[in-house]
Amino acid sequence: MASGVKPRVKVPKTAAAGDSITIKTLISHKMESGQRKDGDGNLIPRSIINRFTADFNGENVIDVTLEPAISTNPYFQFDATVPESGEFKFTWYDDDGDVYETAKQISVS
Amino acid sequence: MKRAKTYASILTVAVAMGATSVWADADEDQLVVNGEIEMITEAAAAEHLEYVDTVYSGWRFRSDETQAFQMDDFDNPAMIFVEKAQEVWDTVDGSEGKACASCHEDVESLKGVRAVYPKWNESAGEVRTLEMQVNDCRENQMGAKPWKYTGGDMANMVALISSVSRGLPISVAIDGPAQETWEKGKEIYYTRYGQLELSCANCHEDNYGNMIRADHLSQGQINGFPTYRLKNTKLNSVHARFKGCVRDTRAQTFSPGSDEFIALELYVASRGNGLSVEGPSVRN
Amino acid sequence: MQLTRRDLLIMGSVGMATAALGVTPALASLTDDEIAKITGGAEVGAGDLSVTAPEIAENGNTVPIEISAPGATMVAVFADGNPTPNVVTFKFGPLNPTHAASTRIRLAKTQNVVAIAQMEDGSFQKASANVKVTIGGCGG
Repeated sequence: MASGVKPRVKVPKTAAAGDSITIKTLISHKMESGQRKDGDGNLIPRSIINRFTADFNGENVIDVTLEPAISTNPYFQFDATVPESGEFKFTWYDDDGDVYETAKQISVS
Repeated sequence: MKRAKTYASILTVAVAMGATSVWADADEDQLVVNGEIEMITEAAAAEHLEYVDTVYSGWRFRSDETQAFQMDDFDNPAMIFVEKAQEVWDTVDGSEGKACASCHEDVESLKGVRAVYPKWNESAGEVRTLEMQVNDCRENQMGAKPWKYTGGDMANMVALISSVSRGLPISVAIDGPAQETWEKGKEIYYTRYGQLELSCANCHEDNYGNMIRADHLSQGQINGFPTYRLKNTKLNSVHARFKGCVRDTRAQTFSPGSDEFIALELYVASRGNGLSVEGPSVRN
Repeated sequence: MQLTRRDLLIMGSVGMATAALGVTPALASLTDDEIAKITGGAEVGAGDLSVTAPEIAENGNTVPIEISAPGATMVAVFADGNPTPNVVTFKFGPLNPTHAASTRIRLAKTQNVVAIAQMEDGSFQKASANVKVTIGGCGG
């Protein structure tokens, strides 16, 4: 499933120290549930993103375990505290062992 | 004097069973995307519409939750596909060593295009949809293989091209050399098809605002296409949707890209003249 | 024996009630089993935990939900009418100020979305929202 997987994140570019900011993330992924059958009646094997994490300067913001009941193109919105300037790191873990990462800088005044 | 909507129809049975006070005609919500693109979701019907006074975007018939998906480009899953198309836009393909960007530079240069398609092409002597024009570019300018009419690459590219026209009013020409095609499309719109003997008009003109089982019928406007459907979680092209609708009347459908669907697209697009381009929209 | 229309109606409703009794606990138990795995059988109360979901979802394939769990370290979400009830688990890190999250989930039919939160003091809270899932007008 490594092809066509594309993460998107929305993080403000600036914030005041200690602010709570809202983050949105979306990754293009089929999230094949393992419940569906193909045209010949055979079960299509499960293939999902099973974990998503967001960290800021090495400290965790949220750690999510995804099950097949999460919709295609998994979307998450959550808040984070930003004590200082630094980098958000977002990581998605695929059933097939692939790991997708993206990072966003934020400058805090 | 235009005829009022007819409620006397077999569909009213479903209405009686399914309708609650929650569902009625188009709601009063305002669509503003990203807090800046103000969409016209309600407009006086064009002169050529005989039986409808006001046209509404399908967005106005959706639940608040579904509506919210389209109000922010980040919340709109269709924008994933627009971003994919943006990469393709900049990527060279075919024997001529060209990308879309080689001629058109920034996709913003195509602002306004979506609003006037389908459109008469003088040199080709035919009405062309945006899909046809994209493939014409690919084959004759880029020396690249044409895309499948309703395939993912095509839907993505049409969504990208639509996205830069969002907010502009649909304004397709129906007169002059396009008139013959438009008349053909109109005839298809009012022709009953399939074992259920339903025309487009039976649902989308006579019964918009009513419930068809658990679904709130819209006017079937296409200003929001390509549209990301929650049902199949992908971009759906106009002709793919036409095919689904005709199939649901239990008829043999026309093919995407066929003369019949090109004519129908011109006619249905013209019914939305005055509404904003919304594509890529989000629907159920 | 003559059966009147009234008799038939009574028999029908008893039958339906029986069927409901037979089915509902079986379905609920899948979710209950999963909840018990988290709580270890500890008491589950109510509190600030909330689940926000549409009363009616236009399509069960993509249903937006929001969880708010002030004071929780972890929230697990279940759908009690899905073939497998587990939906998602959120663990909140030190840089999470609100302990709230939104996502989009799949619901196979009309059912409850149930959230179980583990609080900082080790106690548990539960909240749920009923979502009616509709089907398309003509399968298209």
